[in-house]
Amino acid sequence: MGMRHTSSRRVRGLIAAALMSTLALTSSARADDDAQREARWAQLKQAIFADRSIEDGTGVLDLQAPPRALDAALVPLAVTTSGKKPIEKIYLIIDNNPGPLAGTFTFGEAADPSVLKVRMRVNTYTDIHAVAEDRDGTLYSVQKFVKAAGGCSAPAGSNDPDALKDLGQMKLRLSSDIALGQPLQAQLMIRHPNFNGMQMDQITRHYTPAHFIKSIDVTFEDKRVLHIESDIALSTDPVITFAFVPHRNGQLKVVVNDSKDNRFERTFDVTATSQLSRTR
Amino acid sequence: MRAVPATAVKQPHTLTRRDALLGAVCCCCSPLWLRAATSSAETIDTEEIAPGIHVRRGLHEDATARNAGAIANIGFIIGSEAVAVIDPGGSLVDGERLRRRIRALTSRPIRFVLMTHVHPDHVFGAGAFLADEPAFVGHARLTHALSARGEYYRARLEELLGPGRAGPVVQPTMLVEARAQLDLGDRTVDVVAHPIAHTDNDLTALDLETRTLFASDLLFVERVPSLDGSLKGWLRELDRLTELDARTTVPGHGPTTVDLAAAVGSLKRYLETLLRETRKAITDGVQIEEAPELVGTAERTHWTLFDEYHGRNVTHAFKELEWE
Repeated sequence: MGMRHTSSRRVRGLIAAALMSTLALTSSARADDDAQREARWAQLKQAIFADRSIEDGTGVLDLQAPPRALDAALVPLAVTTSGKKPIEKIYLIIDNNPGPLAGTFTFGEAADPSVLKVRMRVNTYTDIHAVAEDRDGTLYSVQKFVKAAGGCSAPAGSNDPDALKDLGQMKLRLSSDIALGQPLQAQLMIRHPNFNGMQMDQITRHYTPAHFIKSIDVTFEDKRVLHIESDIALSTDPVITFAFVPHRNGQLKVVVNDSKDNRFERTFDVTATSQLSRTR
Repeated sequence: MRAVPATAVKQPHTLTRRDALLGAVCCCCSPLWLRAATSSAETIDTEEIAPGIHVRRGLHEDATARNAGAIANIGFIIGSEAVAVIDPGGSLVDGERLRRRIRALTSRPIRFVLMTHVHPDHVFGAGAFLADEPAFVGHARLTHALSARGEYYRARLEELLGPGRAGPVVQPTMLVEARAQLDLGDRTVDVVAHPIAHTDNDLTALDLETRTLFASDLLFVERVPSLDGSLKGWLRELDRLTELDARTTVPGHGPTTVDLAAAVGSLKRYLETLLRETRKAITDGVQIEEAPELVGTAERTHWTLFDEYHGRNVTHAFKELEWE
């Protein structure tokens, strides 16, 4: 199976253009009315998936999200898949965010797609959709309603002049028991402000230009684990949890590309039953 | 350094996108200021905690239409030449009531309005003092914080309080980098700009005459603290507060005056528990979404509004500590 690098970037542009007019309405009117939410999703489905049909994903995947966010700039989302269908890709869509398609996550041959966790910015009360695509290209969708506000305009820590100091620094935490051929959970942490272009610089009195992570590629030795295309919705200093199956002792490599054409690369040793970086 | 008169510290005016945005806000609010958000009879009760120093106790509630955002401790110091307001209040309504209370006691000019940090319960009353043309005194980082959040706070507050009652976003006109002294005639107020603690733009003020400390939100009493800066930074600044030799202390929330050592002790217990138990959770592999249920729960009985804010504090602490 191959990693499908569909043209999500182009799709995002189209969505932005198509939805600009409705955004002003939905964000001010708090799209918490059912009909409005459904209309919004119908519009997004069309923009992202065109005429492809989407099946009810109950039993195939599950989305965990807090009903009310503790911090709108850092809303933990978890997608789990049951294993019923061979899932190759997950789309996360935060319906009422300025950029609704928050990320696409494409699993490679060394991935275990059973768990995926991210932290997102949520700008206003919204439905969040997780859409899984299986090997045959069938789409499955589940959703959660999240009450959060201000995650894009008022990110925590945006005032920190040191925000760029450790840019691109990475940390990896692995489960304590590492067995070859068995799924292994990994938590990847990346230092990046993920400026969304909505914060003002005090000195220049101009808005801080958007500076965010565009893609993350994770490989284990010669095998692909995860390809992420992301955008401004990823929280500051993103933390991503995923699972993979190490077939032998080796190196997990992470490559991060951001919107200023910075490229950050790190490799981490993965050794069976090592105490490398203990979590559970 | 002595504070210069307000007119001399105003920054040169250039028309920028920001001004245009703020201008748009002002346009829709100004007719309402002209006729004031409150009736001329409305005022607030204050307590004279030291000669010439008056404090209004805030409610342990979240802002509602009913309380008009009057949830923080605010006050003022009357000198022989001028008055300094230390936090103008939680809304335009709150600020107007505070101003009437000041005018019931003195006709001296209101020359300084301190805005101790970006949070709306402390600063949205500033609009009530614009006609006095005081120096709006803020931490050097307050400008940025208000730029990033002010309009969002204003919109939310207006939703809660009703049209015209929230007040405009007022930017500081006198920025404090480290320290400043405000001259009120026969007395001087010593202002300290703190490194990141409760927020990244905290000010405290000490009246040197009576050694009365306005600790603002570096000190929460009874009401659960809200962490919006740095947990480790806050603990460091608490140690500094205790070295100030204050005779009387006004916390940002809680009674109008408290015993500084005891209040710092309780707050440090909370923050140190948060530090210790969040660190342990991270080491144990607990996830950020699970931590609020596990960390610091023994503190629940010590604070009001614990369930409303504690979870967010844990999340904030987790984010700060997971990179250690």
